[in-house]
Amino acid sequence: MELWNYIEYGAWGLAALLGLYMVVDWFKIDSTYSEDVLTSSREGELEAMTEETHKV
Amino acid sequence: MADFDITSGERDGMGPHGTKVGLLRVLGPAHVWALGVGIVLVGEYMGWNFAVGKGGAFAALMACWFAGILYTCVAMIDSEVTSTVAAAGGQYTQAKHIVGPLMAFNVGLYLVFAYTMLEAANAITAGYLISVVAGMTGYTGELDQRPFIILVIMFLAWLNYRGVLATLTFNLVITATAFCAIITLFLSTSGILGGGIMEHAALFEGHELPYGWVGVLAAMHFGLWYYLGIEGTTQAAEEVRSPARSLPFGTLAGIMTLLIAATLTWYMCSGVLPWEYLGDGVNGSVAPLFDTARLSGSNFLIFFLGFGTLFATLASANGCINDASRAWFAMGRDKYLPAWFGAVHPRYRTPYRSIIFLVPIALIFALGAPLDQVITFSILSGLLEYTFMPLNIILFRKKWPMGSIKRGYEHPFHPIPAIAMLLLCGTTFFAVFLGYGTQLVAMIGFYIVVSLWFHFWRYRFVDRGAQFTMPWPKPKGY
Repeated sequence: MELWNYIEYGAWGLAALLGLYMVVDWFKIDSTYSEDVLTSSREGELEAMTEETHKV
Repeated sequence: MADFDITSGERDGMGPHGTKVGLLRVLGPAHVWALGVGIVLVGEYMGWNFAVGKGGAFAALMACWFAGILYTCVAMIDSEVTSTVAAAGGQYTQAKHIVGPLMAFNVGLYLVFAYTMLEAANAITAGYLISVVAGMTGYTGELDQRPFIILVIMFLAWLNYRGVLATLTFNLVITATAFCAIITLFLSTSGILGGGIMEHAALFEGHELPYGWVGVLAAMHFGLWYYLGIEGTTQAAEEVRSPARSLPFGTLAGIMTLLIAATLTWYMCSGVLPWEYLGDGVNGSVAPLFDTARLSGSNFLIFFLGFGTLFATLASANGCINDASRAWFAMGRDKYLPAWFGAVHPRYRTPYRSIIFLVPIALIFALGAPLDQVITFSILSGLLEYTFMPLNIILFRKKWPMGSIKRGYEHPFHPIPAIAMLLLCGTTFFAVFLGYGTQLVAMIGFYIVVSLWFHFWRYRFVDRGAQFTMPWPKPKGY
Protein backbone atom coordinates (compact mmCIF):
# COMPACT_ATOMS: atom_id res chain seq x y z
CA MET A 1 0.00 0.00 0.00
CA GLU A 2 1.34 3.44 -0.97
CA LEU A 3 1.50 6.64 1.10
CA TRP A 4 -1.49 8.15 -0.74
CA ASN A 5 -3.64 5.18 0.26
CA TYR A 6 -2.85 5.91 3.91
CA ILE A 7 -3.65 9.60 3.33
CA GLU A 8 -7.02 8.54 1.87
CA TYR A 9 -7.84 6.54 5.00
CA GLY A 10 -6.64 9.46 7.15
CA ALA A 11 -9.01 11.81 5.30
CA TRP A 12 -11.97 9.43 5.82
CA GLY A 13 -11.13 9.16 9.53
CA LEU A 14 -10.63 12.89 10.12
CA ALA A 15 -13.84 13.78 8.27
CA ALA A 16 -15.78 11.28 10.39
CA LEU A 17 -14.20 12.65 13.57
CA LEU A 18 -15.10 16.26 12.77
CA GLY A 19 -18.66 15.25 11.84
CA LEU A 20 -18.98 13.29 15.07
CA TYR A 21 -17.70 16.25 17.10
CA MET A 22 -20.38 18.53 15.67
CA VAL A 23 -23.20 16.03 16.16
CA VAL A 24 -22.19 15.21 19.77
CA ASP A 25 -21.84 18.89 20.67
CA TRP A 26 -25.17 19.67 19.00
CA PHE A 27 -27.01 17.08 21.12
CA LYS A 28 -25.17 18.21 24.26
CA ILE A 29 -26.15 21.85 23.73
CA ASP A 30 -29.76 21.01 22.83
CA SER A 31 -30.17 18.92 25.98
CA THR A 32 -28.48 21.48 28.28
CA TYR A 33 -30.21 24.70 27.24
CA SER A 34 -33.89 25.45 26.77
CA GLU A 35 -35.27 26.15 23.31
CA ASP A 36 -36.35 29.56 24.56
CA VAL A 37 -32.73 30.58 25.22
CA LEU A 38 -31.28 29.04 22.07
CA THR A 39 -33.79 30.71 19.74
CA SER A 40 -33.96 34.06 21.54
CA SER A 41 -31.85 35.94 18.98
CA ARG A 42 -33.57 38.95 17.36
CA GLU A 43 -32.28 41.14 14.57
CA GLY A 44 -31.51 44.82 14.90
CA GLU A 45 -30.31 44.85 18.50
CA LEU A 46 -27.46 47.27 17.80
CA GLU A 47 -29.78 49.64 15.97
CA ALA A 48 -32.36 49.39 18.74
CA MET A 49 -29.68 50.30 21.26
CA THR A 50 -28.66 53.38 19.31
CA GLU A 51 -32.27 54.47 19.13
CA GLU A 52 -32.84 54.04 22.86
CA THR A 53 -29.61 55.90 23.64
CA HIS A 54 -30.83 58.82 21.54
CA LYS A 55 -34.05 58.98 23.51
CA VAL A 56 -32.26 59.29 26.88
CA MET B 1 -29.82 52.76 28.74
CA ALA B 2 -27.11 55.29 27.93
CA ASP B 3 -24.45 53.12 29.62
CA PHE B 4 -25.44 50.05 27.69
CA ASP B 5 -22.61 49.08 25.37
CA ILE B 6 -23.72 46.47 22.85
CA THR B 7 -20.15 45.91 21.67
CA SER B 8 -18.74 45.07 25.10
CA GLY B 9 -17.72 41.50 25.72
CA GLU B 10 -20.12 41.30 28.63
CA ARG B 11 -23.28 42.41 26.83
CA ASP B 12 -22.34 41.62 23.29
CA GLY B 13 -25.30 40.40 21.23
CA MET B 14 -27.84 40.85 24.03
CA GLY B 15 -30.45 43.51 23.80
CA PRO B 16 -33.83 44.93 24.61
CA HIS B 17 -35.89 42.64 22.41
CA GLY B 18 -35.20 39.63 24.58
CA THR B 19 -32.07 38.26 22.95
CA LYS B 20 -30.37 36.03 25.50
CA VAL B 21 -27.89 34.46 23.10
CA GLY B 22 -27.04 36.32 19.90
CA LEU B 23 -24.34 36.27 17.23
CA LEU B 24 -21.03 37.70 18.36
CA ARG B 25 -19.93 41.15 17.19
CA VAL B 26 -16.19 40.61 16.77
CA LEU B 27 -15.35 41.26 13.12
CA GLY B 28 -13.56 44.22 11.53
CA PRO B 29 -13.29 45.54 7.94
CA ALA B 30 -10.44 43.12 7.13
CA HIS B 31 -12.70 40.16 7.91
CA VAL B 32 -15.42 41.63 5.67
CA TRP B 33 -12.82 41.97 2.89
CA ALA B 34 -11.68 38.37 3.47
CA LEU B 35 -15.25 37.10 3.31
CA GLY B 36 -16.06 38.86 0.03
CA VAL B 37 -12.75 38.40 -1.79
CA GLY B 38 -12.32 34.89 -0.33
CA ILE B 39 -15.53 33.64 -1.93
CA VAL B 40 -14.63 35.13 -5.31
CA LEU B 41 -10.87 34.74 -5.83
CA VAL B 42 -11.17 31.10 -6.91
CA GLY B 43 -12.91 32.49 -10.03
CA GLU B 44 -9.62 34.14 -11.00
CA TYR B 45 -7.74 30.88 -10.53
CA MET B 46 -10.17 28.84 -12.63
CA GLY B 47 -13.49 29.20 -14.44
CA TRP B 48 -13.20 32.69 -15.96
CA ASN B 49 -11.29 31.25 -18.92
CA PHE B 50 -14.47 29.64 -20.33
CA ALA B 51 -15.23 33.23 -21.44
CA VAL B 52 -12.18 33.00 -23.73
CA GLY B 53 -13.63 29.83 -25.28
CA LYS B 54 -16.92 31.62 -25.94
CA GLY B 55 -15.51 34.63 -27.75
CA GLY B 56 -11.70 34.81 -27.71
CA ALA B 57 -9.30 36.71 -25.46
CA PHE B 58 -10.57 40.22 -26.24
CA ALA B 59 -14.16 39.12 -25.59
CA ALA B 60 -13.05 37.79 -22.19
CA LEU B 61 -11.48 41.18 -21.39
CA MET B 62 -14.65 43.03 -22.39
CA ALA B 63 -16.71 40.59 -20.29
CA CYS B 64 -14.28 41.16 -17.41
CA TRP B 65 -14.80 44.91 -17.48
CA PHE B 66 -18.55 44.88 -18.19
CA ALA B 67 -19.02 42.42 -15.33
CA GLY B 68 -16.70 44.71 -13.33
CA ILE B 69 -19.16 47.58 -13.84
CA LEU B 70 -22.05 45.30 -12.83
CA TYR B 71 -20.32 44.25 -9.62
CA THR B 72 -19.13 47.75 -8.77
CA CYS B 73 -22.82 48.70 -8.81
CA VAL B 74 -23.54 45.61 -6.67
CA ALA B 75 -20.87 46.64 -4.14
CA MET B 76 -22.03 50.26 -3.94
CA ILE B 77 -25.72 49.43 -3.63
CA ASP B 78 -25.02 46.70 -1.09
CA SER B 79 -22.82 49.01 0.95
CA GLU B 80 -25.57 51.59 1.26
CA VAL B 81 -28.43 49.25 2.09
CA THR B 82 -26.60 46.83 4.34
CA SER B 83 -24.91 49.54 6.39
CA THR B 84 -28.48 50.49 7.29
CA VAL B 85 -30.07 47.02 7.49
CA ALA B 86 -27.21 45.60 9.56
CA ALA B 87 -28.59 42.13 10.28
CA ALA B 88 -27.73 38.54 9.37
CA GLY B 89 -29.37 37.39 6.17
CA GLY B 90 -27.95 40.17 4.00
CA GLN B 91 -30.11 40.67 0.91
CA TYR B 92 -32.86 38.47 2.40
CA THR B 93 -33.24 40.88 5.32
CA GLN B 94 -33.07 43.86 2.97
CA ALA B 95 -35.88 42.39 0.86
CA LYS B 96 -37.97 41.71 3.94
CA HIS B 97 -37.77 45.30 5.13
CA ILE B 98 -37.92 47.05 1.76
CA VAL B 99 -39.93 44.91 -0.69
CA GLY B 100 -42.03 42.29 1.12
CA PRO B 101 -42.20 38.72 2.45
CA LEU B 102 -42.51 36.82 -0.85
CA MET B 103 -39.51 38.62 -2.35
CA ALA B 104 -37.59 38.00 0.88
CA PHE B 105 -38.36 34.28 0.82
CA ASN B 106 -37.17 34.01 -2.78
CA VAL B 107 -34.02 36.06 -2.18
CA GLY B 108 -33.23 33.93 0.89
CA LEU B 109 -33.45 30.80 -1.26
CA TYR B 110 -31.32 32.37 -4.04
CA LEU B 111 -28.64 33.06 -1.43
CA VAL B 112 -28.69 29.61 0.15
CA PHE B 113 -28.64 27.82 -3.21
CA ALA B 114 -25.98 30.08 -4.75
CA TYR B 115 -23.63 29.60 -1.79
CA THR B 116 -24.29 25.92 -1.11
CA MET B 117 -23.82 25.02 -4.79
CA LEU B 118 -20.62 27.08 -4.90
CA GLU B 119 -19.39 25.34 -1.75
CA ALA B 120 -20.05 21.95 -3.40
CA ALA B 121 -18.24 23.05 -6.57
CA ASN B 122 -15.25 24.19 -4.51
CA ALA B 123 -15.10 20.91 -2.62
CA ILE B 124 -15.13 18.99 -5.95
CA THR B 125 -12.31 21.23 -7.18
CA ALA B 126 -10.28 20.74 -3.99
CA GLY B 127 -10.62 16.95 -4.40
CA TYR B 128 -9.42 17.25 -8.00
CA LEU B 129 -6.46 19.45 -6.98
CA ILE B 130 -5.37 16.92 -4.37
CA SER B 131 -5.50 14.16 -6.99
CA VAL B 132 -3.28 16.33 -9.23
CA VAL B 133 -0.80 16.74 -6.36
CA ALA B 134 -0.83 12.95 -5.88
CA GLY B 135 -0.04 12.50 -9.57
CA MET B 136 2.78 15.07 -9.40
CA THR B 137 4.34 13.26 -6.43
CA GLY B 138 4.55 10.06 -8.44
CA TYR B 139 1.38 8.25 -7.35
CA THR B 140 0.39 5.98 -10.22
CA GLY B 141 -2.93 4.59 -8.94
CA GLU B 142 -6.32 6.27 -9.18
CA LEU B 143 -6.83 8.41 -6.10
CA ASP B 144 -10.29 8.28 -4.53
CA GLN B 145 -11.28 11.97 -4.37
CA ARG B 146 -14.35 11.41 -2.18
CA PRO B 147 -12.61 11.40 1.25
CA PHE B 148 -10.92 14.71 0.39
CA ILE B 149 -14.16 16.29 -0.85
CA ILE B 150 -15.91 15.22 2.37
CA LEU B 151 -12.98 16.32 4.54
CA VAL B 152 -12.98 19.81 2.99
CA ILE B 153 -16.69 20.26 3.73
CA MET B 154 -16.44 18.75 7.23
CA PHE B 155 -13.33 20.72 8.25
CA LEU B 156 -14.75 24.05 7.08
CA ALA B 157 -18.16 23.33 8.63
CA TRP B 158 -16.39 22.48 11.90
CA LEU B 159 -14.42 25.73 11.72
CA ASN B 160 -17.63 27.69 11.11
CA TYR B 161 -19.35 25.83 13.93
CA ARG B 162 -16.61 26.79 16.39
CA GLY B 163 -16.77 30.55 15.86
CA VAL B 164 -16.86 33.31 13.29
CA LEU B 165 -13.64 35.08 14.35
CA ALA B 166 -11.38 32.06 13.75
CA THR B 167 -13.28 31.22 10.54
CA LEU B 168 -12.81 34.61 8.93
CA THR B 169 -9.27 35.12 10.29
CA PHE B 170 -8.41 31.84 8.56
CA ASN B 171 -10.04 33.22 5.41
CA LEU B 172 -8.08 36.44 5.72
CA VAL B 173 -4.73 34.61 5.82
CA ILE B 174 -5.40 32.21 2.92
CA THR B 175 -7.12 34.84 0.76
CA ALA B 176 -4.29 37.33 1.23
CA THR B 177 -1.77 34.57 0.33
CA ALA B 178 -3.71 33.67 -2.82
CA PHE B 179 -3.91 37.36 -3.85
CA CYS B 180 -0.16 37.86 -3.19
CA ALA B 181 0.51 34.84 -5.44
CA ILE B 182 -1.29 36.60 -8.34
CA ILE B 183 0.68 39.82 -7.79
CA THR B 184 3.97 37.90 -7.57
CA LEU B 185 3.21 36.03 -10.78
CA PHE B 186 2.43 39.31 -12.54
CA LEU B 187 5.65 40.98 -11.35
CA SER B 188 7.70 37.94 -12.40
CA THR B 189 6.20 37.29 -15.84
CA SER B 190 5.43 40.79 -17.12
CA GLY B 191 9.04 41.95 -17.25
CA ILE B 192 8.90 44.22 -14.19
CA LEU B 193 11.14 41.84 -12.21
CA GLY B 194 13.45 39.98 -14.59
CA GLY B 195 12.62 38.97 -18.16
CA GLY B 196 9.01 39.00 -19.39
CA ILE B 197 7.38 36.07 -21.17
CA MET B 198 4.31 37.84 -22.57
CA GLU B 199 3.50 37.35 -26.27
CA HIS B 200 0.19 39.17 -26.67
CA ALA B 201 0.74 40.45 -30.20
CA ALA B 202 1.77 37.05 -31.58
CA LEU B 203 -0.99 35.14 -29.79
CA PHE B 204 -3.79 37.58 -30.72
CA GLU B 205 -2.89 38.04 -34.39
CA GLY B 206 -5.79 36.81 -36.54
CA HIS B 207 -7.82 35.77 -33.44
CA GLU B 208 -9.00 39.17 -32.18
CA LEU B 209 -12.71 38.28 -32.10
CA PRO B 210 -13.02 34.72 -33.51
CA TYR B 211 -16.83 34.62 -33.13
CA GLY B 212 -17.52 38.32 -33.65
CA TRP B 213 -19.69 40.38 -31.29
CA VAL B 214 -21.99 37.43 -30.53
CA GLY B 215 -18.94 35.87 -28.88
CA VAL B 216 -18.59 38.95 -26.66
CA LEU B 217 -22.22 38.56 -25.58
CA ALA B 218 -21.75 34.83 -24.91
CA ALA B 219 -18.61 35.55 -22.89
CA MET B 220 -20.65 37.65 -20.44
CA HIS B 221 -21.96 34.44 -18.84
CA PHE B 222 -18.49 33.51 -17.61
CA GLY B 223 -17.45 37.12 -17.08
CA LEU B 224 -19.42 36.85 -13.83
CA TRP B 225 -16.82 34.39 -12.55
CA TYR B 226 -14.32 37.18 -11.94
CA TYR B 227 -16.53 38.65 -9.19
CA LEU B 228 -19.36 36.23 -8.32
CA GLY B 229 -19.87 36.28 -4.55
CA ILE B 230 -18.59 39.76 -3.51
CA GLU B 231 -22.15 40.53 -2.35
CA GLY B 232 -21.59 37.91 0.38
CA THR B 233 -19.98 40.55 2.60
CA THR B 234 -23.47 41.59 3.72
CA GLN B 235 -23.94 38.31 5.61
CA ALA B 236 -21.41 39.49 8.19
CA ALA B 237 -23.61 42.48 9.09
CA GLU B 238 -24.70 41.16 12.47
CA GLU B 239 -21.20 40.09 13.47
CA VAL B 240 -19.13 43.20 12.69
CA ARG B 241 -18.25 45.60 15.47
CA SER B 242 -19.18 48.68 13.48
CA PRO B 243 -21.53 47.85 10.58
CA ALA B 244 -21.83 51.42 9.29
CA ARG B 245 -18.05 51.64 8.86
CA SER B 246 -16.82 48.10 8.33
CA LEU B 247 -19.32 46.88 5.75
CA PRO B 248 -18.87 49.66 3.15
CA PHE B 249 -15.10 49.74 3.75
CA GLY B 250 -14.64 45.97 3.46
CA THR B 251 -16.99 45.60 0.48
CA LEU B 252 -15.59 48.48 -1.58
CA ALA B 253 -11.98 47.47 -0.82
CA GLY B 254 -13.01 43.97 -1.89
CA ILE B 255 -14.35 45.00 -5.32
CA MET B 256 -11.24 47.13 -5.93
CA THR B 257 -9.04 44.12 -5.11
CA LEU B 258 -11.03 41.94 -7.49
CA LEU B 259 -10.92 44.45 -10.37
CA ILE B 260 -7.12 44.48 -10.05
CA ALA B 261 -6.85 40.69 -9.70
CA ALA B 262 -9.22 40.03 -12.63
CA THR B 263 -7.44 42.38 -15.03
CA LEU B 264 -3.98 41.08 -14.08
CA THR B 265 -5.18 37.49 -14.44
CA TRP B 266 -6.52 38.13 -17.94
CA TYR B 267 -3.32 39.98 -18.92
CA MET B 268 -0.98 37.22 -17.73
CA CYS B 269 -2.87 34.19 -18.99
CA SER B 270 -3.85 35.62 -22.38
CA GLY B 271 -0.25 36.70 -22.96
CA VAL B 272 1.16 33.22 -22.41
CA LEU B 273 -1.48 30.64 -23.35
CA PRO B 274 -3.03 30.31 -26.85
CA TRP B 275 -6.73 31.21 -26.75
CA GLU B 276 -7.90 27.77 -27.97
CA TYR B 277 -6.10 26.10 -25.05
CA LEU B 278 -6.95 28.81 -22.52
CA GLY B 279 -10.64 28.78 -23.44
CA ASP B 280 -11.06 25.03 -22.93
CA GLY B 281 -11.38 24.72 -19.15
CA VAL B 282 -12.05 20.97 -19.29
CA ASN B 283 -9.50 19.44 -21.68
CA GLY B 284 -7.23 22.50 -21.94
CA SER B 285 -6.28 24.89 -19.19
CA VAL B 286 -8.17 23.86 -16.03
CA ALA B 287 -6.21 26.28 -13.83
CA PRO B 288 -4.82 29.05 -16.10
CA LEU B 289 -2.80 30.92 -13.46
CA PHE B 290 -1.10 27.69 -12.42
CA ASP B 291 -0.42 26.87 -16.10
CA THR B 292 1.12 30.33 -16.57
CA ALA B 293 3.37 29.69 -13.56
CA ARG B 294 4.43 26.37 -15.09
CA LEU B 295 5.36 28.09 -18.35
CA SER B 296 7.48 30.61 -16.42
CA GLY B 297 9.87 27.76 -15.58
CA SER B 298 10.24 28.94 -11.96
CA ASN B 299 9.76 26.23 -9.34
CA PHE B 300 9.01 28.89 -6.73
CA LEU B 301 6.14 30.28 -8.85
CA ILE B 302 4.77 26.78 -9.56
CA PHE B 303 4.78 26.04 -5.82
CA PHE B 304 3.32 29.44 -4.85
CA LEU B 305 0.53 29.38 -7.46
CA GLY B 306 -0.24 25.74 -6.61
CA PHE B 307 -0.86 26.73 -3.01
CA GLY B 308 -2.67 29.86 -4.20
CA THR B 309 -5.11 27.70 -6.20
CA LEU B 310 -5.82 25.40 -3.25
CA PHE B 311 -6.10 28.31 -0.79
CA ALA B 312 -8.49 30.21 -3.06
CA THR B 313 -10.69 27.11 -3.34
CA LEU B 314 -10.77 26.60 0.44
CA ALA B 315 -11.43 30.30 1.12
CA SER B 316 -14.38 30.24 -1.25
CA ALA B 317 -15.93 27.14 0.31
CA ASN B 318 -15.35 28.57 3.78
CA GLY B 319 -17.05 31.87 2.98
CA CYS B 320 -19.93 30.04 1.32
CA ILE B 321 -20.62 27.98 4.46
CA ASN B 322 -20.57 31.18 6.51
CA ASP B 323 -22.98 32.99 4.19
CA ALA B 324 -25.42 30.17 3.45
CA SER B 325 -25.80 29.39 7.15
CA ARG B 326 -26.48 33.06 8.04
CA ALA B 327 -29.17 33.34 5.36
CA TRP B 328 -30.78 30.06 6.49
CA PHE B 329 -30.53 31.15 10.13
CA ALA B 330 -32.16 34.54 9.45
CA MET B 331 -35.06 32.86 7.62
CA GLY B 332 -35.52 30.47 10.54
CA ARG B 333 -35.42 33.32 13.05
CA ASP B 334 -38.27 35.06 11.21
CA LYS B 335 -40.15 31.73 10.88
CA TYR B 336 -40.01 31.83 7.09
CA LEU B 337 -38.55 28.37 7.77
CA PRO B 338 -39.02 26.35 10.99
CA ALA B 339 -37.93 28.48 13.97
CA TRP B 340 -35.65 25.61 15.04
CA PHE B 341 -33.06 26.89 12.53
CA GLY B 342 -32.91 30.26 14.29
CA ALA B 343 -30.88 28.88 17.21
CA VAL B 344 -27.50 30.31 18.28
CA HIS B 345 -24.83 28.23 20.00
CA PRO B 346 -24.55 29.63 23.54
CA ARG B 347 -20.78 29.13 23.70
CA TYR B 348 -19.51 29.62 20.14
CA ARG B 349 -22.28 32.11 19.24
CA THR B 350 -22.79 30.68 15.77
CA PRO B 351 -25.98 29.54 13.98
CA TYR B 352 -24.96 25.94 14.66
CA ARG B 353 -28.13 24.15 13.55
CA SER B 354 -28.13 25.91 10.18
CA ILE B 355 -24.44 25.06 9.70
CA ILE B 356 -25.03 21.36 10.45
CA PHE B 357 -28.24 21.18 8.38
CA LEU B 358 -26.54 22.46 5.22
CA VAL B 359 -23.60 19.98 5.46
CA PRO B 360 -25.45 16.93 4.03
CA ILE B 361 -27.01 19.08 1.30
CA ALA B 362 -23.55 20.28 0.20
CA LEU B 363 -22.27 16.68 0.37
CA ILE B 364 -25.11 15.37 -1.83
CA PHE B 365 -24.34 17.94 -4.53
CA ALA B 366 -20.56 17.56 -4.20
CA LEU B 367 -20.66 13.77 -4.48
CA GLY B 368 -23.65 13.22 -6.73
CA ALA B 369 -23.97 16.07 -9.24
CA PRO B 370 -21.78 17.03 -12.25
CA LEU B 371 -19.59 20.11 -11.66
CA ASP B 372 -20.91 22.17 -14.60
CA GLN B 373 -24.54 21.71 -13.50
CA VAL B 374 -23.68 22.65 -9.91
CA ILE B 375 -21.87 25.79 -11.10
CA THR B 376 -24.70 26.76 -13.46
CA PHE B 377 -27.27 26.45 -10.68
CA SER B 378 -25.09 28.69 -8.50
CA ILE B 379 -24.64 31.34 -11.22
CA LEU B 380 -28.35 31.43 -12.06
CA SER B 381 -29.35 31.86 -8.41
CA GLY B 382 -26.78 34.66 -8.13
CA LEU B 383 -28.12 36.34 -11.27
CA LEU B 384 -31.68 36.32 -9.95
CA GLU B 385 -30.36 37.94 -6.78
CA TYR B 386 -28.58 40.69 -8.75
CA THR B 387 -31.79 41.42 -10.63
CA PHE B 388 -33.55 42.00 -7.32
CA MET B 389 -30.90 44.46 -6.08
CA PRO B 390 -31.58 47.46 -8.37
CA LEU B 391 -35.32 47.20 -7.69
CA ASN B 392 -34.49 47.04 -4.00
CA ILE B 393 -32.36 50.21 -3.95
CA ILE B 394 -34.91 52.16 -6.03
CA LEU B 395 -37.64 51.24 -3.51
CA PHE B 396 -35.29 51.94 -0.56
CA ARG B 397 -34.53 55.47 -1.76
CA LYS B 398 -38.24 56.06 -2.50
CA LYS B 399 -39.57 54.79 0.84
CA TRP B 400 -36.78 56.23 3.00
CA PRO B 401 -35.39 59.26 1.13
CA MET B 402 -32.00 60.73 2.02
CA GLY B 403 -32.09 62.31 5.45
CA SER B 404 -35.01 60.24 6.74
CA ILE B 405 -32.80 57.44 8.02
CA LYS B 406 -29.11 57.24 8.99
CA ARG B 407 -26.98 55.54 6.32
CA GLY B 408 -23.41 54.29 6.83
CA TYR B 409 -22.67 54.94 3.14
CA GLU B 410 -24.53 56.77 0.36
CA HIS B 411 -23.80 55.52 -3.13
CA PRO B 412 -23.34 58.19 -5.82
CA PHE B 413 -25.25 58.93 -9.04
CA HIS B 414 -28.49 57.19 -8.05
CA PRO B 415 -30.38 55.83 -10.06
CA ILE B 416 -27.66 55.35 -12.74
CA PRO B 417 -25.99 52.33 -10.98
CA ALA B 418 -29.40 50.67 -10.53
CA ILE B 419 -30.34 51.17 -14.20
CA ALA B 420 -26.89 50.00 -15.36
CA MET B 421 -27.29 46.89 -13.23
CA LEU B 422 -30.71 46.11 -14.68
CA LEU B 423 -29.37 46.44 -18.23
CA LEU B 424 -26.32 44.28 -17.52
CA CYS B 425 -28.45 41.64 -15.77
CA GLY B 426 -30.77 41.54 -18.82
CA THR B 427 -27.77 41.08 -21.13
CA THR B 428 -26.35 38.32 -18.93
CA PHE B 429 -29.71 36.52 -18.77
CA PHE B 430 -29.69 36.46 -22.58
CA ALA B 431 -26.09 35.20 -22.60
CA VAL B 432 -26.98 32.43 -20.13
CA PHE B 433 -30.07 31.56 -22.18
CA LEU B 434 -27.85 31.00 -25.23
CA GLY B 435 -25.85 28.33 -23.42
CA TYR B 436 -28.07 27.01 -20.63
CA GLY B 437 -31.64 27.86 -21.63
CA THR B 438 -33.15 24.64 -20.27
CA GLN B 439 -31.56 25.06 -16.83
CA LEU B 440 -32.65 28.70 -16.71
CA VAL B 441 -36.28 27.84 -17.45
CA ALA B 442 -36.21 24.86 -15.05
CA MET B 443 -34.85 26.98 -12.24
CA ILE B 444 -37.33 29.80 -12.70
CA GLY B 445 -40.04 27.09 -12.65
CA PHE B 446 -38.62 25.81 -9.36
CA TYR B 447 -38.75 29.26 -7.77
CA ILE B 448 -42.33 29.77 -8.96
CA VAL B 449 -43.39 26.48 -7.32
CA VAL B 450 -41.70 27.29 -3.97
CA SER B 451 -43.19 30.80 -4.08
CA LEU B 452 -46.68 29.28 -4.37
CA TRP B 453 -45.88 26.98 -1.44
CA PHE B 454 -44.74 29.96 0.64
CA HIS B 455 -47.74 32.12 -0.27
CA PHE B 456 -50.46 29.48 0.26
CA TRP B 457 -48.94 27.50 3.16
CA ARG B 458 -45.79 28.67 4.90
CA TYR B 459 -46.62 32.35 5.39
CA ARG B 460 -49.34 31.51 7.94
CA PHE B 461 -46.58 30.48 10.37
CA VAL B 462 -44.65 33.75 10.08
CA ASP B 463 -44.91 35.99 13.12
CA ARG B 464 -45.70 39.06 11.05
CA GLY B 465 -45.16 41.72 13.69
CA ALA B 466 -42.06 40.20 15.32
CA GLN B 467 -40.01 40.07 12.13
CA PHE B 468 -39.53 43.86 12.06
CA THR B 469 -37.52 44.88 15.11
CA MET B 470 -35.54 47.80 13.70
CA PRO B 471 -36.56 51.21 14.97
CA TRP B 472 -37.02 52.76 11.53
CA PRO B 473 -39.43 55.59 10.76
CA LYS B 474 -42.52 54.71 8.73
CA PRO B 475 -41.79 54.56 5.00
CA LYS B 476 -42.82 57.59 2.97
CA GLY B 477 -46.39 57.27 1.74
CA TYR B 478 -47.49 54.74 4.40
